[in-house]
Amino acid sequence: MSLISKIKRFLGIETKPANEEAKPAKSGEVGASEQEVEKVAEENAKPRIGYIHLSGCTGDVMSLSENYDILAELLTNMVDIVYGQTLADVWEMPEMDLALVEGSVCLQDEHSLHELMEAREKANMVCAFGSCAATGCFTRYSRGGQQARPDHESFLPIADLIKVDCAIPGCPPSPEIIAKTVVALINGDMDYLQPMIDLAGMTEGCGCDLQKYVVNQALCIGCGTCAMSCQTRAVDMTSGRPEVNGDRCVKCGICYTQCPRSWWPEEQIKKDLGL
Amino acid sequence: MVLGTYKEIVSARATDKQIQKVSQDGGIVTGLLAFALEEKIIEGAVVAGPGKELWKPEPMVAMTADEIIAAAGTKYTFSPNVMMLKKAVRQYGIEKLGTVAIPCQTMGIRKMQSYPFGVRFLADKIKLLIGIYCMENFPFASLETFVSEKMGISTDLVEKMDIGKGKLWVYTQDDVLSIPLKETHGYEQSGCNVCLDYVAELGDVSTGSVGSPDGWSTVITRTDGGDTIFKQAIDAGIFETKDMADVKPGLGLLEKLSAQKKEKNQKTIDKRKEMGLPVPF
Ligand SMILES: Cc1cc2nc3c(=O)[nH]c(=O)nc-3n(C[C@H](O)[C@H](O)[C@H](O)COP(=O)(O)OP(=O)(O)OC[C@H]3O[C@@H](n4cnc5c(N)ncnc54)[C@H](O)[C@@H]3O)c2cc1C
Ligand code: SF4
Ligand code: SF4
Ligand code: SF4
Repeated sequence: MSLISKIKRFLGIETKPANEEAKPAKSGEVGASEQEVEKVAEENAKPRIGYIHLSGCTGDVMSLSENYDILAELLTNMVDIVYGQTLADVWEMPEMDLALVEGSVCLQDEHSLHELMEAREKANMVCAFGSCAATGCFTRYSRGGQQARPDHESFLPIADLIKVDCAIPGCPPSPEIIAKTVVALINGDMDYLQPMIDLAGMTEGCGCDLQKYVVNQALCIGCGTCAMSCQTRAVDMTSGRPEVNGDRCVKCGICYTQCPRSWWPEEQIKKDLGL
Repeated sequence: MVLGTYKEIVSARATDKQIQKVSQDGGIVTGLLAFALEEKIIEGAVVAGPGKELWKPEPMVAMTADEIIAAAGTKYTFSPNVMMLKKAVRQYGIEKLGTVAIPCQTMGIRKMQSYPFGVRFLADKIKLLIGIYCMENFPFASLETFVSEKMGISTDLVEKMDIGKGKLWVYTQDDVLSIPLKETHGYEQSGCNVCLDYVAELGDVSTGSVGSPDGWSTVITRTDGGDTIFKQAIDAGIFETKDMADVKPGLGLLEKLSAQKKEKNQKTIDKRKEMGLPVPF
């Protein structure tokens, strides 16, 4: 069974053809080892990936390109970049297995709206890539009135307008999480990808999530993971609890995403540690 | 498994007299971090260092054995060590980092390593994570209540605090005071009441006092890396060890306490679920 049909079946996007069970031994293996990556990459058609750039700062794709050690291998042998500004010399959006959408969508920008809708039509899977696409991030603060387009005022996470299959929040997401996600995708490692699928539903992020969903819920244990992970240093710890400086918060949702008391991927962690 | 996945469990203590003097139990944390620093396995460590107020620790990046030793001893209140990890790498330029963490802190660190969504270039720099056992932790105000109100002395006089044998013990220069643990109940942070990890099941090496005699620690090695470092330290004479079968009270007590914690807190989890409150576990 090809990787993409495996993913689609998992996501319930398409029912699998009856004859697909032919190679059960291979499709059952989901280890993330490098040999495995190569093997799967050889066996399966390369996933066709498109990159759609909406209202974001390009930081997410820059973070992707920081995976120097695997980037060449990734781009030449493991995936096909079939669409994307600066990445592929293509004007017509082709059919894609996966569309990585960076940036939130501006309601006043016809072109962005059109790109997003078209991506949903042409891609089997849509991934909100980075916090602007996932939660709106700092574009949530926009009130319009700026040059060169004073009318560009309202920016939304893409899941407000289209169905999103998975999200990789981060402002930007780390190079490592991008590499890990791509490897898991190529391996069809659905266990690893489950949190990304769940996070597609998180279309709002804020430092105040820590207070509302952790401290107020009697779950905070003062570990400091939120303060460590905030990419704008908006979170400090006072008396063992997070204290958020709202002026610094860009609403990326990372502090709550990294908090050990928001969701807890126990099996994956044990697997990664060999425990 | 009530003690998590592990390779080996031994009773041990640091041979260094200075470490024995300042450490809480067998000086495993201080001894192992200092050894890893000496051997260049790590270049620095995040520890619960002394804060502005006595008994109110602050996470600190220790770059020398002296700084690690200065942070020895248990402080029964928050020291958000995880928050300092990024600083240690970014501001201190540490490429190979060690740290000590109570179980819930190890969870924050391990989750970040498996899913580093917004955390770049930190996950693979953590080379040694020593977990310490933990039944519960207290807000600082609770400690003040125990010491100032229930025991009637100023926290400034306290030289050591310890929980063991059913009591909270406080040592001053010339006195030993205690209150039954029962009297501390309800003063712990409530996040502890859903915690199922007593013996730091995700540490590279985990340690605590329970199971071993006074002045000794029960050490559990878990990951390949942790097992290797601990054995190197034994070979280098940093620690002396005893077979768990030969020490009192022994492994049975540790298993009992771990099972009790899991059972009690699972009930809280179930109750929360009934009430429709979120629980991550
Ligand atoms: C809140 C708490 C509850 C505990 N409960 C138990 C228990 O129920 N049973 C048990 O056997 N052991 C428990 N321990 C562990 C025990 O008290 C000792 O810390 C452990 O045995 C290590 O002793 P040592 O001599 O090897 O370490 P030492 O050489 O004394 O070093 C201790 C290290 O712990 C760090 N540390 C101290 N306080 C904190 C803190 N609040 N947060 C994070 N790091 C800290 C210090 O920086 C130091 O590096 C608890 C520890 C804490 C912090
Ligand atoms: S506090 Fe920091 S991590 Fe949390 S949402 Fe705001 S900017 Fe993001
Ligand atoms: S990361 Fe730790 S300190 Fe921050 S909110 Fe979550 S439990 Fe509390
Ligand atoms: S009992 Fe659990 S949650 Fe509470 S401080 Fe200890 S390790 Fe953290």
